[in-house]
Amino acid sequence: MNKIANKQVINDVLLEESAKDKDIVVLCSDSRGSAGMKPYAEQRPEQFIEIGIAEQNLVSVAAGLASCGKKAYAVSPASFLSTRSMEQAKVDVAYSNTNVKLIGISGGVSYGALGMTHHSATDIATMGSMPNMRVYLPSDRLQTECLIRTLLKDDKPAYIRIGRNAVEDVYQEGNVPFELDRATLVKDGSDVTIIACGELVGDARKAAQELEEKGISARVLDMYCVKPIDRDAVIKAAKETKLIVTVEEHTMYGGMGSIVAQIVAGNAPVKVVNLTLPDEPVITGKSREVFSYYGLDAKGIVKTVMEQL
Amino acid sequence: MNLEAKAIDIRKDIIDLIYKAGCGHIGGDLSVTDILVDLYYKQMNVSPENINDPDRDRFVLSKGHSVEALYCVLADKGFFDKKELFDTYSGYLSKYIGHPNNKINGVEMNTGSLGHGLGVAVGMALAGKMDNRSYRVYAVLGDGEMAEGSNWEAITAGAHYNLDNLTAFVDRNRLQISGTTEEVMTADSQENRWAAFGWNVLSIPGNDITAIDSAVSLAKGTAGKPTVIIANTTKGCGVSFIENKAAWHHKVPNEAEYQQAMKELSERRAQYE
Ligand SMILES: Cc1ncc(C[n+]2csc(CCOP(=O)(O)OP(=O)(O)O)c2C)c(N)n1
Ligand SMILES: [Mg+2]
Repeated sequence: MNKIANKQVINDVLLEESAKDKDIVVLCSDSRGSAGMKPYAEQRPEQFIEIGIAEQNLVSVAAGLASCGKKAYAVSPASFLSTRSMEQAKVDVAYSNTNVKLIGISGGVSYGALGMTHHSATDIATMGSMPNMRVYLPSDRLQTECLIRTLLKDDKPAYIRIGRNAVEDVYQEGNVPFELDRATLVKDGSDVTIIACGELVGDARKAAQELEEKGISARVLDMYCVKPIDRDAVIKAAKETKLIVTVEEHTMYGGMGSIVAQIVAGNAPVKVVNLTLPDEPVITGKSREVFSYYGLDAKGIVKTVMEQL
Repeated sequence: MNLEAKAIDIRKDIIDLIYKAGCGHIGGDLSVTDILVDLYYKQMNVSPENINDPDRDRFVLSKGHSVEALYCVLADKGFFDKKELFDTYSGYLSKYIGHPNNKINGVEMNTGSLGHGLGVAVGMALAGKMDNRSYRVYAVLGDGEMAEGSNWEAITAGAHYNLDNLTAFVDRNRLQISGTTEEVMTADSQENRWAAFGWNVLSIPGNDITAIDSAVSLAKGTAGKPTVIIANTTKGCGVSFIENKAAWHHKVPNEAEYQQAMKELSERRAQYE
């Protein structure tokens, strides 16, 4: 079982790249510990800015730095970054087109029993609704590394959401298929397509294996690029398979599944089922407990496919 | 009732609760305990019996992560079943989550995202004025939390509307998650800042219940403006090895630490027998 959390990879990549590129700046809001950014903060103090518990200012200051040529990485819990700082993200980052990468850590329901204030199950909706804001939910540590290395090369806004804990690898070290803004085909199949993002890609892959044993051929797409979504891959899936099941750690309105359903409805209608968190505060539990309660794990995905196909 | 003894009992409950559940914000709980004890056992007009009375005093824990301290006080006061709290806190399907939630008896407002509580308290105080009610409103904020800009909007409004029925506390323990407040983001001088915004400012030793009690009484007697009590506290107060260490913001004691903490508190408690 992999022990390296996605946030650790982000720390490592930024630490490495910032040695060569003095314009990289990381900002935290009393969040360096939970963000896994302590090594960066300690080893690169001249390229690290602590803002204190002030997430709105975090994003505005990041945008100001970016407007003066810095590559700003604002790293803070996804819940606060995507709601408290929403207007700063909209105006100072997306609308002003500044080179700010917003890294939402401990995303989704990672904070478990800390409750709704700490969950970010609406961040695809809030961030994705802003023109010029890209939204990425990488699945495993290997894809996270590819994503961050790629984003370091551009100068456009983006929001990246990662979970709190290490997740099982989806890909293999040294062999990570990755093309920016293209869904990764995790497994091909012809009966049903499971489209997942973030931590739940692993469950989608497991579900596909179980379905295979039942004689159902399932395609699995890792839609880490929720916005801009890979329209071609969605339309292709709609044309080639009889059912699309989306799986995400997000509420039902305005999430990845909503975007998929919009594309399918307008281009190649086929049945789309969205597996999401409910439109209410989730039950108290650890991430895995919450996922299985709402049928977002491999078992729930298999059940949905069997019922719907 | 001896409030000092009560505060020790509550501290023991807090440590029990956190140790049992394996999670919690121990440092901030122990720094705010004495404020909660004075308010709930002496100054505030709120109890399980008057929970729906529109004239009851209102309390908002803006630094919502100190929920274990609030839960232990509310359970002890009989707002809900203490055993249920201890058996289920932060567990699967529990209603007792790790931040105040108003589905729980005695909790007025959901908090946990810092920088909301004072604005809400301003609203409660305004409603009291509009309806000519005599209740008072109390809010407790963390000193790290004071970096949130929304607090300063609420402070401005509280003074603008002369809300003398509103009392805020700053739990000035000088620590937050990443270190001291002065390292992370300067918070000094809270006294000067609040005074500049037009509040009546009292600065006290914040783990001294007598001092807390007289400050609250002074606030009650202050007309025309809201009062802030800058409570100069010790984070982790009451347990030697937890005191004044940023790492104990949300660390959970291991067995030896748990025993040691309980021993220290029990010894101090014995003095009141
Ligand atoms: C808006 C928001 N940002 C960040 C957090 C995460 N957080 C929880 S407690 C805390 C530190 C609080 O420090 P302080 O206000 O000094 O409280 P205390 O020392 O009394 O525990 C932080 C950053 C939060 N709960 N809400
Ligand atoms: Mg503090």
